[in-house]
Amino acid sequence: MSVTVHNVSKRFEAFPALKDVSLEVQTGELLALLGPSGSGKTTLLRVIAGLEIPDAGQVTFAGEDVTEKSAYERRAGFVFQSYALFQHMTVFENIAFGLRVLPKKKRPDAAAIAKRVGELLGLIQLEGYEKRLPAQLSGGQRQRVALARALAIEPRVLLLDEPFGALDARVRKDLRRWLREFHDRTHLTSLFVTHDQDEAFELADRVVIFNEGRIQQIGLPAELRHHPTNDFVRAFLEV
Amino acid sequence: MNAVPSALEKGYVTSTEETALNNQNNRSRRRHILPGFHLTLGFTIFYLSAIVLIPLAALVAKVVTPTFDYPGFSQVIGHVLKVVTDTRAVDSYWLSFGLSFVAALINGVFGFIAAWALIRYEFPGKKILDALVDLPFAMPTSVAGLALTQVFSNNGGYIGQWLYEWFGWQISYTRWGILIALVFIGFPFVVRTLQPVLTDLASDVEEAAACLGSNRWQTFWRVILPSVRPALITGVMLAFGRGVGEYGSIVFISSMIPYSTEITPQLIIIKLEEFDYVGAAGLGVVMLLMSFAIVATVNLVQYFSSTRRSS
Amino acid sequence: MKRATTDPWLARYAFIGILVVFVVIFLLFPVSVVLYEALKGGLGFYFSALTATHSLTAIRLTLLVAVAVVPLNTLFGVCAAWAITHFRFCGKALLISLIEIPLWVSPVIGGLVFALIFGQKGWLGPWLDAHHIQILFAYPGIVLATAFVTFPFVARGLIPLMQAQGSAEEEAALTLGANGWQLFWRVTFPKIKWGILYGMILCNARAMGEFGAVSVVAGSVDDRITMPLQIEQYYLDFSLPDAFALASLLLLLSVVTLVIKIGLEWRHLAPNYVRPH
Repeated sequence: MSVTVHNVSKRFEAFPALKDVSLEVQTGELLALLGPSGSGKTTLLRVIAGLEIPDAGQVTFAGEDVTEKSAYERRAGFVFQSYALFQHMTVFENIAFGLRVLPKKKRPDAAAIAKRVGELLGLIQLEGYEKRLPAQLSGGQRQRVALARALAIEPRVLLLDEPFGALDARVRKDLRRWLREFHDRTHLTSLFVTHDQDEAFELADRVVIFNEGRIQQIGLPAELRHHPTNDFVRAFLEV
Repeated sequence: MNAVPSALEKGYVTSTEETALNNQNNRSRRRHILPGFHLTLGFTIFYLSAIVLIPLAALVAKVVTPTFDYPGFSQVIGHVLKVVTDTRAVDSYWLSFGLSFVAALINGVFGFIAAWALIRYEFPGKKILDALVDLPFAMPTSVAGLALTQVFSNNGGYIGQWLYEWFGWQISYTRWGILIALVFIGFPFVVRTLQPVLTDLASDVEEAAACLGSNRWQTFWRVILPSVRPALITGVMLAFGRGVGEYGSIVFISSMIPYSTEITPQLIIIKLEEFDYVGAAGLGVVMLLMSFAIVATVNLVQYFSSTRRSS
Repeated sequence: MKRATTDPWLARYAFIGILVVFVVIFLLFPVSVVLYEALKGGLGFYFSALTATHSLTAIRLTLLVAVAVVPLNTLFGVCAAWAITHFRFCGKALLISLIEIPLWVSPVIGGLVFALIFGQKGWLGPWLDAHHIQILFAYPGIVLATAFVTFPFVARGLIPLMQAQGSAEEEAALTLGANGWQLFWRVTFPKIKWGILYGMILCNARAMGEFGAVSVVAGSVDDRITMPLQIEQYYLDFSLPDAFALASLLLLLSVVTLVIKIGLEWRHLAPNYVRPH
């Protein structure tokens, strides 16, 4: 499913986080939003998820205008930077949450939910952890649970906010590879936010470079490296 | 909404104009992400108004609204002024405020000692003592009043009897009794506001002072006291504020003799019983104003101490 | 070991000694006196004092008042904390200050305001008289005055708690398709239930023990007064054993409140609450 953002602006008090941003994400694409902290990339991700209301502009999912729709109607899987796992729920309950809150007519029965959660646990290689609480997991395990929880609702688009930010280098590399493989298998339209250019270039099909609330350049990793269109992109990629 | 991007594509709407267009469209847009904003804020404001704001407004309105007994505006105001400046009322202010202030100062000293001992020293029974400090918060004022009367009463009180026989001190039914009740109910305020500050007070600051050759006493006056002063003042003011409004525990231990041991809240109740609603409202407004003065002082102290720390 | 910041032993013992003497004379001794006076006539006498008609009606009214006030103030506290911690709106700081008003003003004012509205010469007095509706000197008046003085207890505890927890889990639930109701009961409520309980027991203790506000709006008629007022009534009637028996019940309530409060505070301090298996 494709996602488009038309002329979105967003201010926080006096601080302009997004200034007239437009972007098109193609179906099945894995796109990285790269930029220094405070550049607006996370805000854009939250606008797409419906977690921020833009002051102006429009967001569409597969051509349908979802700007007015609440986050819970959009079916966008969101993986939070700090995971935001439900601390009082077990791993199983966390992953099953999105299924259990479905309206009665659409809600699968308990056996179907257990089966689906089991599959997801297999996918994230955490079989046998269903009874643990988030506090009893390592950072990398929490990250994968957050991912499985977002995937359980069969999202139309997957949005990841600094997905590997809080992990140590080795776990980071493993998870990066795992995410790439997962994407190659499912071709789920995905956006992730990062400030790490290696991560962006290694993982993404296309990279969007952000600074001060504006998109500086969009392109394939090679294009950006060899043909930066402005000084900021050049300086940012050289550092 | 769909027309807008196409207008942009055709090139006759600039990007800024389009933003303006969108802003117009957005006026009807929901403004909050999480659900329940209108429901919860609505109930909050409704309940706040019903229980607190409208009743308080009714109190203030009473002192300026003509009634059957005082048909003109000037008559109402005149009566209110007469009641609130009456010697009996003024004496009760002095009593309520004076004794509350003295009690708050006593609590400042003992509260500081208590907080210091509870934070800095280890001794058996410390946790129980710490828990007991909250007792005056949890204990109904009437129980406290009854108990204190039984302890400090001159005839048959467990302590008061001996104080009277040995030293001739009369406590119950005098100002001393009121003072004791006020110290009791105000005690936790100073301890509880000081404890976190004393915990945070870095002992390296003290060590540095000690290294610079100041003795313990100088360290206390020059280093420790200035850094806990805002919390100490806040605690004392909180105890003061609580004492000014106190009624329950004092009823038991004081005889409420006009011009001598009659506190302002008691005078309000007497005015109500005499059906002088306007006069009662006048005294209520005086107490409200004084409470707000105390709140304002606390906020000022906190404001200045925070700006000084940050600069 | 003597450190530069160690106080002289004299100061140490003096401070601890002053603390102990203060707490014993001013706090512990009065409490023991209540228990001793209540029980010195023997258990049989104690229970007959508690089951006297006046005591029983007072206990009943006190419970009825708490049953109305505590849920109302809890609902308010949860709503106020939700609105204040999850949304940005103008006037928020003002709203927080307004919620705290009842902590500052005298409890007698809490009764006075309702007397001025519902009393014989109050704003609505004549109308209520004409329609034979009794609010002052009756149950509704006592509930209102008690609600006023216990108004901020739940909200004050919940606001900092929910502020510290942030909105991330709620946002996550939203992206997973939870509606408002599901979001509150399944995600927020489990996080704040101990905070709600904390506020409720403090609110309850104050509601049951309130004297100043209630003494203004409660009648002197015997079946219209709560436990604290009945204690005063007994005291004025020189039936001290009855007064102490009733007082011991309220004392028990405050001790239980204190124990639960401390228990909850320790629990809040524990990092990462792990569910026992």
